[in-house]
Amino acid sequence: MNVPTLAEMTSRGETPEVVFWVGCAGSFDDRYKRVTRSFVSILNAVGIKFAVLGTEETCTGDPARRAGNELLFQMQAMNNIQVLNGYGVKKIVTACPHCFNTLKNEYPELGGNYEVIHHSVFLQQLIESGQIKMTEGGSFKGKKITYHDSCFLGRANNIYEAPRAVLEALDADLVEMKRCRTTGLCCGAGGAQMFKEPEAGRKDINVERTEEALGTGATTIAVACPFCMTMMSDGVKNKEREAEVKVKDIAELIAEAQGLR
Amino acid sequence: MIQQIAFIATLAAAVYFISRRVSGIRKNIGLGKNTFRTDQPQVRLRNMMLVAFGQKKMFKKFIPAILHLFIYVGFVVINLEVLEFVIDGLAGTHRIFAPYLGGFYGVLMNIFEFLAVAVLLSCVFFLIRRNILKVKRFWMYEMTKWPRLDANIILFTEIVLMLAILTMNATDQILQQSDPHYAATGKLYFSSMLMPIFDSLPVSTLLFIERFAWWFHIIGILAFAVYVTYSKHLHIFLAFPNTYFAKIEPKGHMNNMPVVTNEVKMMLGLQDATAAPPAEPGRFGAKDINDLPSTSLMGAYSCTECGRCTAECPANLTGKKLSPRKIMMDTRDRMEDVRKSLDKGGPGLQDGKTLLNDYITKEEINACTSCNACVEACPVLINPLEIILELRRYVSMEESGAPSSWNSMYQNIETNFAPWKFSPSDRFNWSKD
Repeated sequence: MNVPTLAEMTSRGETPEVVFWVGCAGSFDDRYKRVTRSFVSILNAVGIKFAVLGTEETCTGDPARRAGNELLFQMQAMNNIQVLNGYGVKKIVTACPHCFNTLKNEYPELGGNYEVIHHSVFLQQLIESGQIKMTEGGSFKGKKITYHDSCFLGRANNIYEAPRAVLEALDADLVEMKRCRTTGLCCGAGGAQMFKEPEAGRKDINVERTEEALGTGATTIAVACPFCMTMMSDGVKNKEREAEVKVKDIAELIAEAQGLR
Repeated sequence: MIQQIAFIATLAAAVYFISRRVSGIRKNIGLGKNTFRTDQPQVRLRNMMLVAFGQKKMFKKFIPAILHLFIYVGFVVINLEVLEFVIDGLAGTHRIFAPYLGGFYGVLMNIFEFLAVAVLLSCVFFLIRRNILKVKRFWMYEMTKWPRLDANIILFTEIVLMLAILTMNATDQILQQSDPHYAATGKLYFSSMLMPIFDSLPVSTLLFIERFAWWFHIIGILAFAVYVTYSKHLHIFLAFPNTYFAKIEPKGHMNNMPVVTNEVKMMLGLQDATAAPPAEPGRFGAKDINDLPSTSLMGAYSCTECGRCTAECPANLTGKKLSPRKIMMDTRDRMEDVRKSLDKGGPGLQDGKTLLNDYITKEEINACTSCNACVEACPVLINPLEIILELRRYVSMEESGAPSSWNSMYQNIETNFAPWKFSPSDRFNWSKD
């Protein structure tokens, strides 16, 4: 697959329109690597001149900061900012709301100022500008899809409509859970919970949320975050419904509808 | 004359007790790190007008919002009448504004009475919701005896105060017929319905009842004003500064620690030589109230324990110990305990206790997903998440006491530049599969 790195592009004297920040989950998590490849296939199909950092990318530091290790966060942040500023990066797109939030809201104070876009907004723009053409009555027509809001996209950054606009372009039947948008229930992974066992309680948060998603009767649970992806997929497995209910990232759904990969 | 002296003495006592309390609360809030920012005043003013004055966030739950609105408007408007009470009390007059306002005075009194009835009914509804319908968020485990009693005292007091106004106006209207001291108000719609109860009483009894209700109402209001400073009801005042000084960045933004920035810059050799040496860092994160931002401390005093935060908290919903409301209540309790100790000449902050561990446990803060549901839910823009994250910083950086899986995650980031144990050289392999 054609994935230019920023180093290669720079050495050819070229500048990308946008840098795709892949994130750790997008790079290493087997499930989310498929999302990364789907998003790249869309970028290539549309003809966006993009580049990735490849092995020069490192963790933004988000989980360290939320867990309380500010020193480690800032070490990561400073190193990443040095790399990004070294290349003169102006615009970044990422499929991870946690990377998005950190790059957009927390790097400026440390000297990293970029236009940062989440892939849900990027895809919405491509659809609205007609660069992605959706055919009516596609393979999703009439299928029930429910969207699970990522906290770091929604409440943290007020992005509620872009992912829904992307899903609506699929001509699918978008059904909402009772707790959605500003009152959307967390998948349970934020605040570095992804990296530890939950505290003792009655129930796991992802199971509570998955039950709500399954309650809508949707056959696809759409997500826009790698941690939500893991938590909701685990929830569906916990409920033994993985045969008929799929958890998909919005980029995968668009790529599928476009017949890519 | 005796009445005037008694009134002045009562008023002075109330002013004394309130100002002593206010000064204590101010000192408590001042224990924190000064984080009162006044940048972007238009945005802050807008937040205050919409959220505190306009109660925008209350309207996510329509029925309680309407009832609360009645009490709020009633409180603000009826206090205009209290102004007349105070002037009358000092000057020994009765309804001093009546001759100046003429027929309009009666209109005003009718508006006040309508609001008094609305407040009364709303408080009855709220008492039913709390004690008979037992709305879940009022019965969670941090809602121990005192917080539940506090709420009921407030509602009960407001009902009694409103009844006093109506009794006073009813007897006043009867007295207007015979006593020229009682200025004509015209017919007062609600209280005139109570007139048949008092109609047959002799004038001396009516005078006694009217005076008693007047005194009861004004002493009640002053006593309530003192009580409010000890109660969760303080939100009626602090909601305004709390919304004004609330965070204006996107909710996902976490406060930076400039002390750490200096340290990191030195470690990476990025610090220019001319920069001033960094100040003594003090404590990283927060162990006690004096490590917290003063805005968080003000938030604790602004909290009226409605529990909308806890009702939305995913950790709490699934049975974990964390309750964002308890975080705010504990912070306030700690401040109050420190103040009590200091007032007695005691050790204050050095009493051997700290907010973390003695009030809030690690189990609670470790359960937080930083999802911002509590922050979004708060009708007066209190931010429990900020306190949780500051406490976590202390645990991680000063105690190295984070859960062991978080320590492994830290180690992975340090060595592999990813929170999982993967080799950094494999980071780009996804493109080759």
